[in-house]
Amino acid sequence: MAYKIKASDCTACGACEAECPNNAISFKKGAYAINADLCTECKGQFSSPQCASVCPADCCVPA
Amino acid sequence: MANVISLDSILGVGELKAAAEAPPAAASGCASSSCGSSDGPADMAPEVWEKVKNHPCYSEEAHHYFARMHVAVAPACNIQCNYCNRKYDCSNESRPGVVSEKLTPDQALRKILAVAQEIPQLSVIGIAGPGDSLAAGGKNTFKTFEMLAKKAPDLKLCLSTNGLALPDHVDTIANYNIDHVTITINMVDPEVGQHIYPWIFHDHKRWTGLDAAKILHERQMLGLEMLTSRGILVKVNSVMIPGINDEHLMDVNKAVKSRGAFLHNIMPLISDPAHGTHFGLTGQRGPTAQELKVLQDQCEGGAKLMRHCRQCRADAVGLLGEDRGSEFTIDRIEAMGEVEYDQEAARTYREHVEGERAGRHAAKAAAQADVAETVGTAVQPILIAVATKGGERINEHFGHAKEFQIYEVGPKGAKFVGHRRVDQYCEGGSGDEDALGGVLSAINDCTAVFVAKIGGCPSTSLKDAGIEPVDRFAFEYIEESALTYFKDYAERLGQGAINAREGQDAVIRTGAFTARRA
Repeated sequence: MAYKIKASDCTACGACEAECPNNAISFKKGAYAINADLCTECKGQFSSPQCASVCPADCCVPA
Repeated sequence: MANVISLDSILGVGELKAAAEAPPAAASGCASSSCGSSDGPADMAPEVWEKVKNHPCYSEEAHHYFARMHVAVAPACNIQCNYCNRKYDCSNESRPGVVSEKLTPDQALRKILAVAQEIPQLSVIGIAGPGDSLAAGGKNTFKTFEMLAKKAPDLKLCLSTNGLALPDHVDTIANYNIDHVTITINMVDPEVGQHIYPWIFHDHKRWTGLDAAKILHERQMLGLEMLTSRGILVKVNSVMIPGINDEHLMDVNKAVKSRGAFLHNIMPLISDPAHGTHFGLTGQRGPTAQELKVLQDQCEGGAKLMRHCRQCRADAVGLLGEDRGSEFTIDRIEAMGEVEYDQEAARTYREHVEGERAGRHAAKAAAQADVAETVGTAVQPILIAVATKGGERINEHFGHAKEFQIYEVGPKGAKFVGHRRVDQYCEGGSGDEDALGGVLSAINDCTAVFVAKIGGCPSTSLKDAGIEPVDRFAFEYIEESALTYFKDYAERLGQGAINAREGQDAVIRTGAFTARRA
């Protein structure tokens, strides 16, 4: 279970990277990407996935 | 003047008539609130004047002389506004939230130093996005300011925020000596706010509707109070959205004044379907020039109003109204190599401006006393559009103007009340009739237009439209010229030679802005 970032919609603002509690998000080739091995979908941590909640382009979605 | 950099050579204005003349003797009677000396206006504490006198955004007077620079190091945002779409980026577009290149703090520092070398008028470095400067922990914002304070301590620092994260960062702001903060406050009632903000991200959660607007409102007021209680100057920006918050902004003005805001800047909504914003796509219109002015006039007496805002891009460089950002792209900055910061040119320029100011205050007071004496109070004030490229002088040709500054002049004096962006009428030597139509509609509520020079064709069109083209004050100071003109105007009006121009409105230009510094 993990989230992913739709690179075509990503504005590379970095809001998600700052919110991710698992340091699973990093900048790669013009867009941000989620490391599926580290992503927990914020289960047990927050009421909703933090990246999807903060993303202004709504491009963080279930993988 | 011999050892002083002339304004002329710095601004590239061509010959400045009478620049070296001694200032006229001060008048005995003085009705102006800003009269006296370069010590600052009577209604402002000296320590506040010291902070704002060289800040183009916080002082109307300073905006004629000093330049600001925004560095785009803060792309992340924590709220969504219906008037904003940061995906849209066009280098010809001039409005908040828009930026061509996002910078790392290292790149920002290099860019600032390079610009400071080229533009001695530079006095302020601001971080205004393109997202929110305090979102994502404000990491890039504070990193940039930390490095800058070490390298160029004489540059003023300011930042702009929506206020949601502000209360968490007030101590840091104070520690970095950031003494100017702008908060965008569009409402003080969540019922109004829910129509402006679809959602906010706060406390690890996305909030919508009334809840979102309520949290944002509370955080904005708390942040404002925390800043002003620490003596940090706060400017409040409000976007005027007809039918949503236009009348409500009078309540906003009172609320922010009571919490100590220094300045209130009411800006027109910029709305166009091509921008892809919610308001643009749903046909929400922006206000007309007169709607904006009427609201600003109604707010007079509350928090002091800022009327010279140019709603600049999050990476704007230069005097307000001009953007030299394209001269300083990352590639060009990188190519410059190591840039050393030399404060000498900037210091000389600031001393020169101090000298100019002393003469200016005396001359304004004399002209004002003359009008007060000779013109009856019954004459209605008029609006005058002015073609200028800085220095408080009428020093731009009509055809080269990318904006007109609007002055209201009446028996009580002359004051700056706004500006109107236009497409340059004359490019490459010939006039553009479409652009002329745009200029006419942008200054349609004005009685006269002051220019350094104007061609026969546009001159005739202006007269036909009822706007008098005036070039006899070429290279003179704006306010004195406006007062002299008004005296003559009142005389002609009294003789029945002309009629007052009343009930006209003008259009606020919102489309892509293609003008560049010549």
